[in-house]
Amino acid sequence: MALTTQRVDVPVIVDESKCLEKCTACIEVCPLDVLVKNPETGKAYMKYDECWFCLPCEKECPTNAITVQIPFLLR
Amino acid sequence: MNIQNLKTDFLVIGGGTAGTMAGIKAKQANPDADVLILEKANIRRSGAIAMGMDGVNTAVIPGNSTPEQYVREITIANDGILNQRSVYQTGRWGYEVIQELESWGVKFQKDHEGNYDLKQVHRVGKYVLPMPEGKDLKKILTRQVKRHKVRVTNRVMATRVMVKDGRAIGAVGFDVRKGDFVVIQAKAVVLCTGACGRLGLPASGYLYGTYENPTNAGDGYSMAYHAGAELTNIECFQINPLIKDYNGPACAYVASPFGAYTANAEGNRFINCDYWSGQMMLETWKELNSGKGPVHLKMYHLDDDTISEIERVLWANERPSRERFHEGRKENYRTHGVEMNISEIGLCSGHSASGVWVNEKAETTVPGLYAAGDMASVPHNYMIGAFVSGRLSGINAMEYVQGVKHIEPDPDFLEAEKARIYAPLNRPDGVPHTQVEYKLRRYVNDYLQPPKSPTNMDIGLAAFERYHDTLDLMGARDPHELMRCMEVHFIRDCAEMAARASLYRKESRWGLYHYRLDYPDKNDEEWFCHANLKKGENGEMEMFKREVAPYIVDVNLDQEVYDVAVR
Repeated sequence: MALTTQRVDVPVIVDESKCLEKCTACIEVCPLDVLVKNPETGKAYMKYDECWFCLPCEKECPTNAITVQIPFLLR
Repeated sequence: MNIQNLKTDFLVIGGGTAGTMAGIKAKQANPDADVLILEKANIRRSGAIAMGMDGVNTAVIPGNSTPEQYVREITIANDGILNQRSVYQTGRWGYEVIQELESWGVKFQKDHEGNYDLKQVHRVGKYVLPMPEGKDLKKILTRQVKRHKVRVTNRVMATRVMVKDGRAIGAVGFDVRKGDFVVIQAKAVVLCTGACGRLGLPASGYLYGTYENPTNAGDGYSMAYHAGAELTNIECFQINPLIKDYNGPACAYVASPFGAYTANAEGNRFINCDYWSGQMMLETWKELNSGKGPVHLKMYHLDDDTISEIERVLWANERPSRERFHEGRKENYRTHGVEMNISEIGLCSGHSASGVWVNEKAETTVPGLYAAGDMASVPHNYMIGAFVSGRLSGINAMEYVQGVKHIEPDPDFLEAEKARIYAPLNRPDGVPHTQVEYKLRRYVNDYLQPPKSPTNMDIGLAAFERYHDTLDLMGARDPHELMRCMEVHFIRDCAEMAARASLYRKESRWGLYHYRLDYPDKNDEEWFCHANLKKGENGEMEMFKREVAPYIVDVNLDQEVYDVAVR
C-alpha cells in the first residue's frame, strides 16, 4: 500500500514553557489516549487526531499548560 | 509479545457509570471476592460521564412518583415494546442509588425545604433531578472503587468474551499502550462498555465528533454477539436532536424547566414536550423538511439572570466545551437560538432501546454473562438506569459465582483471537484505520439513516458483509492504532446488526428511530414483539421474534399513544 502523511490542525495545544517533564496528568486522564510525551523534550503533545474536546486534560493540568480548541471541522 | 494471565471472581468490562457501580456493589455483597474492572481508558475520566452529568433523568423519588407510574410512562414512550420487569428495577432502586451517591458526596439539587427539586421534562411526571455541581461524579466513583478495594486495570481493551461449556469464563484483550496480550479467567463477567456511539458518521466528517464518548464503539454489542448472547430492539436506533456541528446536547433537559423550548425558524413550538423519543425526533424531521427549519433551542425570550444560571450548568458539566464552541461563533443564548440538527444514528438503550437482551437481574441469555448500562436493553434507562443495572449485575453475579470454578480457556480459541487482534501490526503499510472507519460509517449514513428504505438497506447490508475483506487490509503501527482498528471491527458488527434488524421488522415504530418508507404504519398484529438476533449455529446472524413479557403494570396502548406534535 502506498501511503502519505496528511497535516491536520489538532485541537489540543500544549504550552511547552509550562508543561512539567515529570508530570503525566493529562496523558493519564485522556479517554481517547491521544496525548504522549515527546521523548526528547519531555513535553506532552497530541499525537493522535482523535479528540472528543471533553476537557479532562485541560482541567487536570496542574500548570494550566493545556488549551483545548474545538476541532477545526466543527469549529 | 508479552502475555498477561489474570484471574478474578467477577470481571467487569468497562469502568464507566454501570461498571464502577457493579464493582462496588459486588464487593459490598462479598468483600472477600476478587473483583476486577477492566477499562480501556482510565476510570477516573471514562465512559459517558467523563466530565460529569448535569442531572439525572429517571429519578423516581417517593412522594413525587412511583415505580409503577414510571414504568407506565416508559411503556407508552417506547410504543409498548419492553420488558416491564427490568424497567421497573430502575424505578424501584433509583432512589437508593441517589441516596448512596449523596452519601459519597454527589450533590443533587434541593428546594428551600431540603427536598429533591424535581423537574418535569417527560410528557407526564417529574423524573429529572438537576445536579448543577455534577462535574466530578466520575472522580467520586473512582474514590469509592478504591475504597471498596475493587481492582482496576486501566488501558486494556477487551475484544472477546471467552465461553466454554455454555457459560462465560472470562475475556481476552490487549494492553493499548504496551501491546501485551491479556487473558482473564473469571467466574462471571459483566459487559458495560456503553453505547455504540461511533456508528453513523457525524455531518462534520470528524470521526470523533460524536454525541457519545467515542471510546464507546459498540464493543459490548459485538462481544455479547460473539459470545452467543441475544440482542434486541437494535432497529430502535438512537438519534438525538443536537447542537449542529458540535453534536452535543443543547440541552433542553436543563433549559426547558427554566422556560426554554425547541422552536422552528419562525420561533414557534412544533412539539409540546422536549423529552427525547422517536416520536419527538419524527416531528423534528418533519419540521426540518417542511420549509420551517432550521429548528433551534430558544432561550432568548428569557431574562438575563435565568440565562446566566443555565450557562453555569451547561458550561461546567457533561460537555463543558459548549461554551467555547458558541464563543468561537460569537453566538449568545441571549440573542441567538441554538441551531439544532438531527444526529447520525447510534445504538444506545440509555436513550432508546437497542441493546443486549437482559432480564430483571441483568442476566444475558449466556449463563455467567451480565450486561449493564447503555448497552443493556432497558429502554430509556439513562444514567440512573446504568447505576441500577450495574448494581443488579454486581449483586446477582456474586450469588451466581458461589460454587462456580474457573475453567481453563481453549488454547485454539486463544491462538485464533491473538492472530485476529495482532494482524494489523503485521501490515504497517496497510490502509489506516481512519480511512477504513470513515468509509464504513459513511455507508451507515448512506444506507441506514432513517427514514429507512428496503433496497437501500439491502445495499448497505451487502457492503457491511463485504467489509470483512476491507478489515483485513487495515494496518497499524503501534498498540494505540491497533485499538482503533479493533474498534472498527466492533463498528462493522453493529452496522450489520442495525441493517438486519431494520430489514426484519416490517412496520414502522418508535417514530423516526424505525420509520420505514415501505411500511409507514405500526402493525401491532404482526410486530407487537421484540426483534431479537444472535449468532446462529453456522456463524451467520439470525433474526427471530421474542414475545413481549406479560405486563406487570396495565397500560392500554390503544388509548395511550405517545404524541407530542403541536397541531
